Amino acid sequence: MAVVSTENVPVKTEPDVVTVRRRVREVSSQLGLSLVDQTKIITAASELARNTIIYGGGGSMQVQTLNGPRVGLRLTFEDNGPGIPDVDLALRDGFTTGSGLGLGLGGSKRLVNEFEIFSKPGAGTRITITRWK
Amino acid sequence: MSEMQLNQKGAKLVDILSGQEERILAEWMKEMTGSTRRGDLIKESELRAECTQFLKLLKQTTEAAGTDFQSPSFGPMREMLGDVSRGRAQKGFKPSETATFVFSLKRPLFDQIQTQYKGDTDAMAAEMWSLTELLDAMGLYTMEVFQKSREDMIRRQQEELLELSTPVVKLWDGILALPIIGTLDSARTQVVMESLLQAIVQTNSRMAIIDITGVPTVDTVVAQHLLKTVTAARLMGADCIISGVRPQIAQTIVHLGINLLDVTTKATLAAAFSVALQRLGISFVRDAAKS
Ligand SMILES: Nc1ncnc2c1ncn2[C@@H]1O[C@H](COP(=O)(O)OP(=O)(O)O)[C@@H](O)[C@H]1O
Ligand SMILES: [Mg+2]
Repeated sequence: MAVVSTENVPVKTEPDVVTVRRRVREVSSQLGLSLVDQTKIITAASELARNTIIYGGGGSMQVQTLNGPRVGLRLTFEDNGPGIPDVDLALRDGFTTGSGLGLGLGGSKRLVNEFEIFSKPGAGTRITITRWK
Repeated sequence: MSEMQLNQKGAKLVDILSGQEERILAEWMKEMTGSTRRGDLIKESELRAECTQFLKLLKQTTEAAGTDFQSPSFGPMREMLGDVSRGRAQKGFKPSETATFVFSLKRPLFDQIQTQYKGDTDAMAAEMWSLTELLDAMGLYTMEVFQKSREDMIRRQQEELLELSTPVVKLWDGILALPIIGTLDSARTQVVMESLLQAIVQTNSRMAIIDITGVPTVDTVVAQHLLKTVTAARLMGADCIISGVRPQIAQTIVHLGINLLDVTTKATLAAAFSVALQRLGISFVRDAAKS
């Protein structure tokens, strides 16, 4: 698989969530993703960016455009926060340790084609999502 | 440092300024020509008046209180610098252009010191040092005020924008519409909710249509805020319909697993209006003679 381009976007404060959404919208539209697919990955990015800030204490988003054989958009959210002790539990709908709806992790998993999560207490959290064209 | 010494120091600055005001003013104005002068933003006459006033105050204040900018005697000077700074922030000056109002006075004053202290290098150095300290303190103060008034301006604009962007319109007797444009963050939700609830009470409305055509992304936070607004409206006796739910948004909401309670959703405001009329038992008949 060929990575065509890579860029990093800071995800540190609430206004960064708006920047994340705008950037993902631009890139996914350039790639020619359908309006529905654009909306799906933008929404997933919005969820994960907010988690990165609220629970991960801030981090970054890596944007990769993929080509060959398939065209797609891959986003990696990374932070050096406290990590998630029980990933299966965190993915469960309705589970929250904050005051949210507890649908961000499970929801973004359903909104994309590939979802990979790596998290350990004390080791931060890294979540990679991919949406194919 | 004793009061005596301070006053002596101040007295020297007074000597430097005395009788030289015109010359210093001219040189100062010349120093400011270029980037700081900003003839496009401030009139020459206005700038001249500011500078003249500044030199007059500087002479009066240092004569009475020396060169300690922190002393209470510098109150009127602080006030004046504050006005200058705030005025420039409002006019659209850059921070550096504002700071140089004070800093560009250095050269004209140093030139005067050099002329008057010819031969006495120790006294010259001491005088330059205390003057540098004073002008630096003034420059920093100018920056602080500038920064603060810019922040105030931005906050005010944000507040104004929040209110502007949440109009509640009465569509029909008993039916309100609330078009939301942009993202629905916590601060925004608070304003939206307050204006909606207030309008419900004022107009005695039983139906409220929240239109999200202008909301680009509905994530779980936006959904949570929408649900909060719907629940609050219900407590006031009004039922809500969410309109402007485009197909891609509907799909995303389903994938996220958001339960919109039993809120009716419609693709368009027109469809929502029609439902609202029905619920209130209002129906229209086409006038046969005109169709
Ligand atoms: N980056 C992260 N670092 C640490 N914990 C996280 C992170 N992302 C999610 N979590 C944990 O997973 C839970 C579920 O997240 P989510 O499904 O987005 O729901 P919500 O944001 O509403 O709490 C969070 O409450 C939090 O405990
Ligand atoms: Mg979340």
